Amino acid sequence: MSDTKNNWPLWEVFIRSKQGLGHKHVGSLHASDAEMAIGNARDVYTRRQEGVSIWVVPSESISASSPKDSEALFDPANDKVYRHPTFFVLPDEVNHM
Amino acid sequence: MIQTVEQFDAYVAAEKKIEPKDWMPDGYRKTLIRQISQHAHSEVVGMLPEGNWITRAPSLQRKAILLAKVQDEAGHGLYLYSAAETLGVERSDLVDDLLSGKAKYSSIFNYPVLTWADIGAIGWLVDGAAILNQVPLCRCSYGPYSRSMIRVCKEESFHQRQGYSIMVELMKGNEAQREMAQDALNRWWWPSLMMFGPSDKDSEHSSQNMKWKIKRFTNDELRQRMVDMTVPQAECIGLKMPDKELKWNDETGHHDFGEIDWDEFYNVLAGNGPCNEERLAVRNKAHDDGAWVREAAVAYADKKKKTKG
Repeated sequence: MSDTKNNWPLWEVFIRSKQGLGHKHVGSLHASDAEMAIGNARDVYTRRQEGVSIWVVPSESISASSPKDSEALFDPANDKVYRHPTFFVLPDEVNHM
Repeated sequence: MIQTVEQFDAYVAAEKKIEPKDWMPDGYRKTLIRQISQHAHSEVVGMLPEGNWITRAPSLQRKAILLAKVQDEAGHGLYLYSAAETLGVERSDLVDDLLSGKAKYSSIFNYPVLTWADIGAIGWLVDGAAILNQVPLCRCSYGPYSRSMIRVCKEESFHQRQGYSIMVELMKGNEAQREMAQDALNRWWWPSLMMFGPSDKDSEHSSQNMKWKIKRFTNDELRQRMVDMTVPQAECIGLKMPDKELKWNDETGHHDFGEIDWDEFYNVLAGNGPCNEERLAVRNKAHDDGAWVREAAVAYADKKKKTKG
C-alpha cells in the first residue's frame, strides 16, 4: 500500500467539533490504513477536545475543482444579485420582511 | 485567476490567501517549502532536549505536563509537514533531508539542557521567542501554513507559561534552586535572542519575504519585542538579565541591549554547536529503530486488504 518512496498513504482529516456541526477539514496525515489514520488523527488533531467525531479520507480519493475553472464555475452567480433579498427595496412603511 | 507574477503580487498585496492549487512563482514555492520544512524539523528536534527530562521531572505533575508539551511539539511538526506537502514535496524526502543533515532546524536545540531549570528557561524563553516569531505567521499569505500556525499558536502559550512557572517555583526555593534558575537564564538568554535570525542588515531573505507576506516584521523588530517582553518577567521573580548593557531607553520607549555574539550564531548554524551531532544521531537512531514498526504496519494493511479481497 505504500508508494515507491515508502510514504504511507496520505489521508485528509475532517473533525466534527461538536454535535450539531458538520465535519470540517483540519489537515492531513500519513497512515498505513484507515484504522491507524483515525488513531493518528485523534492524537494529532484532537489533543484539546477539539472533536467528537473524525472522518479520514484517502487524499487520492478526493476530486477537486481547479482554480482555472473558477470563473466558469463561480462567476455566473455574480449577475444574479436578485437571489439576495437586499436586491428588493421595500416601502419605508414595511420595516421587516 | 492568477497566471502571472504581476497578478500574484497584486493578489498577495491585497492580503488575499494563496491556496495549494493556485499558481505561484517558483521562488515563493521554494521559499515556503524551505521555511515550513525547517520549521517542522525544529519542532521534531525540539522534542529531544526536553524528552530527556521526562523521566527526571521533579514531580508526577511536572512529568505529565512535560510529556504533554513534548507531545504537542510532535503534533506541531506533523501540522507543518502536512502544510509543506501541499506544495508538492514528499514527506519522506523532507525527513531524509533532516536525517542526512542537509536540512536545517533551529540552532537553539543544539545547546545542552543541563539542569531542570533549563526546562523552565526553554519553555519561558525559547517558546516565548517562538511565539513572537509565529504569531505574525498566522497571517502568512499561504493558506495551509497560516492555518497550521493558528493551531500551533493556540497551543504554544501553554508551553511558555509552564516554563515560566518552573522558574517562579525555583525562585521561591532555596539559594541553590535560585542559583540554578539564574544559571539557566544566563545560558539560554543569548541563544534565545539569536533565534530571531541575523540582524536586519545581514538578513538575506527579508525583503522578498515581506513583499510576499510570508514575513511581517523584521528580525530586529521581533528581537526588540522579546527583550521588552522578557525583562519585566525576569525582574518580577528576582532574576538578573545577563547583559550589562541592558537598560531602559526613555527616548525610544524600548530597552537598549548588548551586541549578540554573531560568531557563535554562525558557528552553531554551521553545525559546530555543542549538540549538533548528538541531536542528529539520536534522531537517526529513533528513525532506524522504528523501521520494523513501519514495515509491520504496511504488511498488516496489505494483509487486511487481501483478506477483504
